[in-house]
Amino acid sequence: MSGASDVIIVGGGLMGSSAALFLRGHGLSVTLLETDLIGRQASGTNFGNVRRQGRPIHQLPLANRAIAIWRQSRELLGADVEYLQSGHIRVCYRERPELVGSMEEYAANARAEGLELELLSGNALRDQFPFFGPDVLAGSYSATDGHANPRLAAPAFARAAARLGAVIHENTKIVDAQKVGEDFIVTAADGRTFRAPILLITAGAWGNALSSQFGEPVPIVPKGPNMSVTEPVPYSILPAVGVMTPLEEETVYFRQVARGNIVLGGSTRGPSFPDQYRAYVEPQNTLSQLKHIRRLAPQLGKLNIIRVWSGIEGYMPDSQPVMGPSATTSGLYYAFGFSGSGFQIGPGVGETMAEIIAKGATDIPIQPYRIERFATPS
Amino acid sequence: MVEPRIIIVGAGPAGTRAAEACVQAGIRPIVLDEGRRDGGQIYRRQPDNFTRPYAKLYGSEAGRAQALHETFDGLKGKIDYRPETLVWNIAGGQVWTASQTYQDALPYDALLLCTGATDRLMPVKGWQFAGSYSLGGAQVALKSQAVSIGHKVVFMGSGPLLYLVASQYVEAGAHVVAVLDTAPYSARIKALPDLLAVPSVLWNGVALTMKLKRAGVAVYNGIKPMEINGNAAEGVSGIRFRTGAGVEQQVACDAVAMGHHLRPETQLADLARCAFVFDPVTRQWLPERDGDGRSSVAGIYLAGDGAKILGARSAEASGRLGALAALADLGLPVDKGEMASLRGDVGTYAKFARGLAKAFPWPSEQASQLPDDALLCRCEGVTAGDLRAVMRETGAQEANRAKAFSRVGMGRCQGRYCGLAAAELIAAEADIPVEQVGRLRAQAPVKPLTIAIGDDQ
Repeated sequence: MSGASDVIIVGGGLMGSSAALFLRGHGLSVTLLETDLIGRQASGTNFGNVRRQGRPIHQLPLANRAIAIWRQSRELLGADVEYLQSGHIRVCYRERPELVGSMEEYAANARAEGLELELLSGNALRDQFPFFGPDVLAGSYSATDGHANPRLAAPAFARAAARLGAVIHENTKIVDAQKVGEDFIVTAADGRTFRAPILLITAGAWGNALSSQFGEPVPIVPKGPNMSVTEPVPYSILPAVGVMTPLEEETVYFRQVARGNIVLGGSTRGPSFPDQYRAYVEPQNTLSQLKHIRRLAPQLGKLNIIRVWSGIEGYMPDSQPVMGPSATTSGLYYAFGFSGSGFQIGPGVGETMAEIIAKGATDIPIQPYRIERFATPS
Repeated sequence: MVEPRIIIVGAGPAGTRAAEACVQAGIRPIVLDEGRRDGGQIYRRQPDNFTRPYAKLYGSEAGRAQALHETFDGLKGKIDYRPETLVWNIAGGQVWTASQTYQDALPYDALLLCTGATDRLMPVKGWQFAGSYSLGGAQVALKSQAVSIGHKVVFMGSGPLLYLVASQYVEAGAHVVAVLDTAPYSARIKALPDLLAVPSVLWNGVALTMKLKRAGVAVYNGIKPMEINGNAAEGVSGIRFRTGAGVEQQVACDAVAMGHHLRPETQLADLARCAFVFDPVTRQWLPERDGDGRSSVAGIYLAGDGAKILGARSAEASGRLGALAALADLGLPVDKGEMASLRGDVGTYAKFARGLAKAFPWPSEQASQLPDDALLCRCEGVTAGDLRAVMRETGAQEANRAKAFSRVGMGRCQGRYCGLAAAELIAAEADIPVEQVGRLRAQAPVKPLTIAIGDDQ
């Protein structure tokens, strides 16, 4: 037996790392096990939106909890994860005027959850943000959203957790997990075993491999985000920008980091290969992304991209995560399958899971994320 | 039978000889090249309206340059030649190209990567100042545009290119102040047995050094660079270095050309998912290949300095050999005897290249000795001290991890200039072998790609 603790967390992304930090805050001993290195896949390769607007209304309490953590991340983590509360704009195009109504309805509902959004016409947007192209019909501006650096965030949470005493094992691939008596026994590929009365699965696209071991398979699909970055140019675009559209191909977004590079994301997601631990950007997806970026902000056509990347994300059929207690096994908890939308809420997920584990309850609504929704009726 | 489609990337010595072999076999290959004209770097052709003679441009290699160019000219019409075309990705069995905003995706039956090399650079404090060039850059200025990089030029680093470019500058009438070689003279003596594998090239090298000395150029061996003096506004003003005897000296100049031999351009092989192995002699990761140039990926062949630095003569042989291997694998008749002979030639050049690596060793210790305030990654403005601080804070000891946390190698050159030095610095700081640091993964696009790509299609 390599180690015993109060809680074992399997999966060292942003969810697992932040849960480890907050569990230490509750005084529980934590062992965090990661197949590779902390935050290398979905948590480290996503766009970096710290965006509440556009999330389901039922998710806003969780998002609000997260934003409070992002705002104090520097003090909490003792590290700069490049969090900027510089706004977020969602726009729609002229050919989809019906979306303006959806934006208005969303803004009214979001206000009830404490998120203030300002609706702007295309011309008003272009006055303030001249980079928008003529196809932009209207937009919804959230002054209190922003962005951060995914490459830095999860590792910073993990280091903060380790400073508070969490034990972190990287390069530890878990091949078996089972409950024996009151304890979970978790076994790594190299034969090491870990024991704890509580097990939290935050294994992203690999979550199903573990939930299946407890009779709770879920239809998770691995995909990869489609990311690009430009060379640095003078810092002038403060808000993160995204398109509201029912078409995946049109769904592009961008943000400029303080150093000057503009990060581009979206359009068709690519395949990813959890078994090989690799995700690839397909060239045709890069080309379609750039085409739709030109429509959103034509002036960006004058820049070059210098790099593309992807990572392994786990998508659920309803785009909602699996989050909460197991329905089959006491002491077992899940937080995975964030379907490409987990970065902003990540620290809130960690804090909420720590609260559920330490106190047995939370005020944050997590009912929509229960794993039983995928149970086959017997 | 439908003619198999062979794509050759690069129109330097390897690509030209590969294309020639395809044409001789009755196949019309596609030749993709970033350059405006063929010839690659070493035999770079001057613009059409320039008329300098071969002897002036290529010195001792004039005959080879001319023969190669004439071969390529003779292939026109028999190959699908696409100059000024960037291969920005290889994926899904297709080569993805960009030429201005025009994009294309070309499937292939066989793909020969003849991607050539760029300078291997060791950062020196002050190397970001205007007037600081790579040896290759200095040579491009001269060959292509007939201009010198400065009025008073210092050549610093090591390797055959150091002496070649310095002597080309002297030949062209530029004022070369000094050649500062980090390699001690004794290393050259020790390397003699290997260097004698190709005596003619060895003698060319000796002749270059003598020519420089006759021209009054101060040549120092075994030096240690300390700093490129200058400032952001006015650029380079001089070099501070320590002589082989340990004496500190300064030399005034307004430009410096630097390089420590070459490194292969392996990004496309990486994107095509070829396997890599660590080469302990050059301390570089190289794509795996068999004796004929077959990579670990079926249908992909590697030739010339883009696979391993063996020089231009070897590139001509390995380019032809790789093409013959591809033709044989496609079921076409090839002369097995010729392949064996080419293999022998490449083996001889490999022995000579081993000698060069010994004669002009990569001064890996300089990376670990870089002062904290020296820029390591020029694209992203990361200093040696920044990287060391990131390592202390995060524990990162792997190249891509260190890149993710520090931005070293994350800029527009994707680590071409700083990647090898950064790996040496990490290895020294972590006290681990450099091969354990790993290598920076290549990402598309291998060179910057316009967002306007495909706009007018």
